[in-house]
Amino acid sequence: MVFDYTLASARDALRKREISAVELVNTHLEAIERLDGRLNSFITRTPDQAREAAKAADDLLAKGEGGALCGIPLGIKDLFATEGVRTTAASHILENFVPPYESTVTANLKRDGAISLGKLNLDEFAMGSTNLTSAFGGVENPWKRQGSDARLVPGGSSGGSAAAVAAGLVLGATGTDTGGSIRQPASFCGIAGVKPTYGRCSRFGTIAFASSLDQAGPMAKNLRDCAIMLESMAGFDAKDSTSVDKAVPNYEAALDRGVKGMRVGIPKEYRTDNLPEEIAALWDQGIAWLKDAGAEIVDVSLPHTKYGLPTYYIAALAEASSNLARYDGVRYGKRVTGPSLDALYEATRAAGFGDEVKRRILLGTHVLSSGYYDAYYLRAQKVRTLLQRDFLQAYEKVDMLLTPTAPSGAFAWDEKPTDPVQVYLNDVFTVPASLAGVPAVSVPAGLDSTGVPLGLQLIGRFFDEETLFAAGHVLEKSASFSHRPTLHAGVSA
Amino acid sequence: MSSYRITGETGEWEIVVGMEVHAQVVSQSKLFSGAATEYGGEPNTQVSLVDAGFPGMLPVLNKECVAQAIRTGLGLRAQVNKYSRFDRKNYFYADLPTGYQISQFEHPIIGEGKVEIELSEGEKRIIGVTRLHLEQDAGKSIHDQDPTRSFIDLNRAGVALMEIVSEPDIRSPEEAGAYLRKLRQILRYLGTCDGNMEEGSMRADVNVSVRPVGEEGYRTRCEIKNLNSVRYVMQAIEVEAERQITIWEEGGTVDQETRLFDHVKGETRTMRSKDDAHDYRYFPDPDLLPLELEQSWIDELKAALPELPEDKRARLEKDYGVSQYESGVLTAEQSVADFYEEVARGADARLATNWMLGDFFAALNRTGRSIEDSPVSAQGLRELLGLISDSTINGKIAKEVLEDMVETGDSASAIVDRKGLRQVTDSSAIEATVQGILDANADKVAEYKSGKDKLFGFFVGQTMKAMKGKANPAMVNDVLKKLLSA
Repeated sequence: MVFDYTLASARDALRKREISAVELVNTHLEAIERLDGRLNSFITRTPDQAREAAKAADDLLAKGEGGALCGIPLGIKDLFATEGVRTTAASHILENFVPPYESTVTANLKRDGAISLGKLNLDEFAMGSTNLTSAFGGVENPWKRQGSDARLVPGGSSGGSAAAVAAGLVLGATGTDTGGSIRQPASFCGIAGVKPTYGRCSRFGTIAFASSLDQAGPMAKNLRDCAIMLESMAGFDAKDSTSVDKAVPNYEAALDRGVKGMRVGIPKEYRTDNLPEEIAALWDQGIAWLKDAGAEIVDVSLPHTKYGLPTYYIAALAEASSNLARYDGVRYGKRVTGPSLDALYEATRAAGFGDEVKRRILLGTHVLSSGYYDAYYLRAQKVRTLLQRDFLQAYEKVDMLLTPTAPSGAFAWDEKPTDPVQVYLNDVFTVPASLAGVPAVSVPAGLDSTGVPLGLQLIGRFFDEETLFAAGHVLEKSASFSHRPTLHAGVSA
Repeated sequence: MSSYRITGETGEWEIVVGMEVHAQVVSQSKLFSGAATEYGGEPNTQVSLVDAGFPGMLPVLNKECVAQAIRTGLGLRAQVNKYSRFDRKNYFYADLPTGYQISQFEHPIIGEGKVEIELSEGEKRIIGVTRLHLEQDAGKSIHDQDPTRSFIDLNRAGVALMEIVSEPDIRSPEEAGAYLRKLRQILRYLGTCDGNMEEGSMRADVNVSVRPVGEEGYRTRCEIKNLNSVRYVMQAIEVEAERQITIWEEGGTVDQETRLFDHVKGETRTMRSKDDAHDYRYFPDPDLLPLELEQSWIDELKAALPELPEDKRARLEKDYGVSQYESGVLTAEQSVADFYEEVARGADARLATNWMLGDFFAALNRTGRSIEDSPVSAQGLRELLGLISDSTINGKIAKEVLEDMVETGDSASAIVDRKGLRQVTDSSAIEATVQGILDANADKVAEYKSGKDKLFGFFVGQTMKAMKGKANPAMVNDVLKKLLSA
C-alpha cells in the first residue's frame, strides 16, 4: 500500500507509473487531514498547490522526464522561506509573514520536482529540543510508550519534521540542525536524519538562529531517502558566503560501500556516568554490528567534550541575540504600536517572542556585553577551536565516530524539566559535531524498554557524508528497524 | 609646529583634535547587496531584501568596495592588512533594518598611514592616520513630514562607507580644515569617494580636548558628530574648545560625551552622555568569512593607481617650472591639473601657467562655470596661446580673443580672422605709423630727447592706438628706439 513506500521506492514506482503523483500526493494529504489535527506537525498546509504540482509532475513523468524527486511529497520545516507561502519560524512575531522569495534549499528541491505539502512545526526560531516552544502549539510524537497514552515530545527543534515523517504524512522533510535539531528528533521519532558539514547546504532564505552553526539537512525513513534528498539540497550558493564550492557527490551510491577495513572511533568522554544502561547497551550493539561488518573499532578521546554544551550555548545564543534583532515591528511581521520607537520595540518583541526565545536573547545579549565578552564569548570561541581540534586529531586515527544520538528516548510533554539547563542537556551528544562543523547522522537502532525508539549517531570528517551513509546503512541493515509508531497513516484508527 | 593658542583667564591653552571621517565609497552597488547606490532616488527604490533585513537574507561582500578601500589605503601611504574581518555593531534604530551595522572593529582593512597638510604660510605638517575600515551606512529617518509619524528611507542603508580615523595630531581649526580638504582631495584623485559634502558623501566626527600649553597627556574629550562642511568643522572645534576651557577654568571637569554642533547658534550641545553610551556588543559577523587579500591583487591595484596630488605637484614643478604656490592651485582638483597639462603640453609652459591662473580662471569665475563645463576647451586655450607665441597676436589682443571665445565658443584663429586682429609685423607699416606719431608730437620728441625717458611709453601707446592694438609690441619698441635716436 501507499504508506509502505519509502521515498526511494515511491520514486521508482512513480517512474514505472505504478502510481501517479496525484494519487501519491492525495493519499498523503488525506492522511494529514486524518491525523494532523492531533499530531500538529504542520503549521501551514498547502494542499491546493500540492495537487497542482502533482498534476504537473505526472505530465513530466508520463514523458519520462522530471527531476530526481519528481512527484515526491515532502514537508518543509517552517524555518525555510517559501515564496508566497507563510513562513513563521513558529513565532507569533512572524505569524503573518509571507516571503516574496524562496530559500535556496527549497528552491533546489522544487527544481528537482519535489512537492511540498506544507510547512512543518518546530520550536520557536528552532530554539528547543521538545517542540513545545512553538507559538503554534506542541507536536505530538506519533510513538507511544507501551500501555500508556501519555503524549510524548517528538524532540526538537525539527519536531514537526520528525513526527510527520514518522507518522507517514510525508516521504521526507527538511530540517535544520544548530546543535542537534535534526538528529535528536530523528532519534526520538525513529527515523533517519542527516546534519551535513557546515557549508554543504546554503543558508540563504533559511531563518537564522545561530549563523555559524545552522545547517539544513534531510529527515526521512531511512538513509537512502536522506541521501536522495541531500543530493538535491546541497551545493554551492553565491548568495551564502559560508557555503562551500565543492562538487556534490552521488550520496545514494555510497550507501552500499560497507565498512570493511574502516576504523570507527568510540569517544570515551561520551560514556558518561549517568548514561542510561539501555542506551549504553544499544551503543555496544552498534559497535558489534560495525565490527561484524568488518570495521575496526578504536577507542579515542575527545578531551574537550565536557565543554561542548556551555560553549555551544554561549556561541549560539550570542549570535541569536543579534540575528533576532531584525524582528522589531518596523518593516514586516507583527507590530504592536507604542508612544515611542522604543515602546514599539518593547511591545512588539514582548508580544511576538515566547519565553524560551526571550531567555536566549537575554543570555546572548549578556555574553556579548561589555565586561563579559572576554569571559564568555571570546573564551567560547577558543574552546570551540579546541573542540574542533579534538575531532581533527581523532580523524588521524579513525574514519568516523560512533555515539548515541541522545541521552534518552522521547519523554512525555509533562515530564519536560522546568529547569531549562536540564532541557539543554538533551544536546550533549550532538553539539560537539555542530561546533566543529563536521557532518553527523542519526539512524534508528532499537527501542527502549518502554517501546520508544533510540538512535545511534555517526560523526564524520569534513565533507565526508559518504562514509556516514555507508556506515549508517550497515547499522540500518543490522538493526532492521521495522517498528512503526502507534499513530501512523498506514494504520486505521 | 603651528602655534594656535587660546588665551583663557588662567593662561594659554592648546587644543587636541582627532577626526573620524566617513567617506561614501564610489561603487555601483552596496557593500553587501546588489542594490544601486545612486544619490537622489525616490525613497525606498534602491533597497534589496538584504538591505531591508528580511528573514534569511545574507550579506555578500562587494569586491569593488574592497578594491576602493585598498586604493584609498595605498593613497594614504598606509598599511594594507591582508587579514581583516567584519564585525556586527549591535543597536536598535528604525533606520537600521537588521539591528546591527556590519563594520570592522578589531581588524580593519587598512592600518596606519599619513596625510601631509599645508597651512597658510606654506608650513607643512603630517597628520597620522590610525586606521581605515569598511562599514555599512544606515538608512534615513525622516521626522518632519507628519506630526505623529516618522518615515524611513532605506536607499542609503547598506551603502559602503570608509571610516578614516586620524591620530589626535591636529592642533588648530585651520589644521582640521586643511586635513579634511587634503583627505577629500586624495579620495577624489583616487576616485574612491566623490567628496560631495552637501550630499553627505563625506561627514566628519571631531574629537576635541584642551590642555594648558606645556601639559603632557590628554584631558577628557568630547565627540562632535556629523559635521558636513569644512567650515562647520573649524567652527565647531573653536567653540567647543572655548566651552571646555571655560569649564576647566571655572574649576569644573569636562564630561566625556557626544555632542552636536548647531551652526545657527554657533554652539555645541549634548547629544548623548557617557552614561547613555551604547554597548554595541561587537562580535565577528558569522555570515561573513574573514577577508584575506592576496599580495598580487594589492600590487595590481597599486600599479593602476592614479598619480596622487603630491606626486603631481612635484612633477608639475619639475616639468613645467611652476612655483610651489602655482602647483598647489593647479593640483587642487585633478580636473584642473589635467586641463593645465593639456594646455601646457606643447605650449610655452610659463605662458600657459600665467594664463590658466590669470585670465582663464577669471573667465570661469565670471561665468560661474567649473573646469568640467568650461566654455573654452584645453585645446582651444592652447591654440590661443600658440597664436601669442608665434606672434600672430599680442597678449592684449589675446585677452579680447579669450573673451570672445567664452562668449561665442568660436576658435581663437576664427575670431582673429573674423575680427581682423592679426598682428601687424610689417616693419615698413609700423615705421610709417611711428614716424607719423613723432611728426605730430614734435614737442614731446624734444622733451624726450632732453631726458624725459618716460615719454617712451606715451609713444608706444599712441602707436598701438593708431594701429588698433594689432602692432607687434616688440617691433614697435625697436622702431621707436631707432627713430628717436636718429
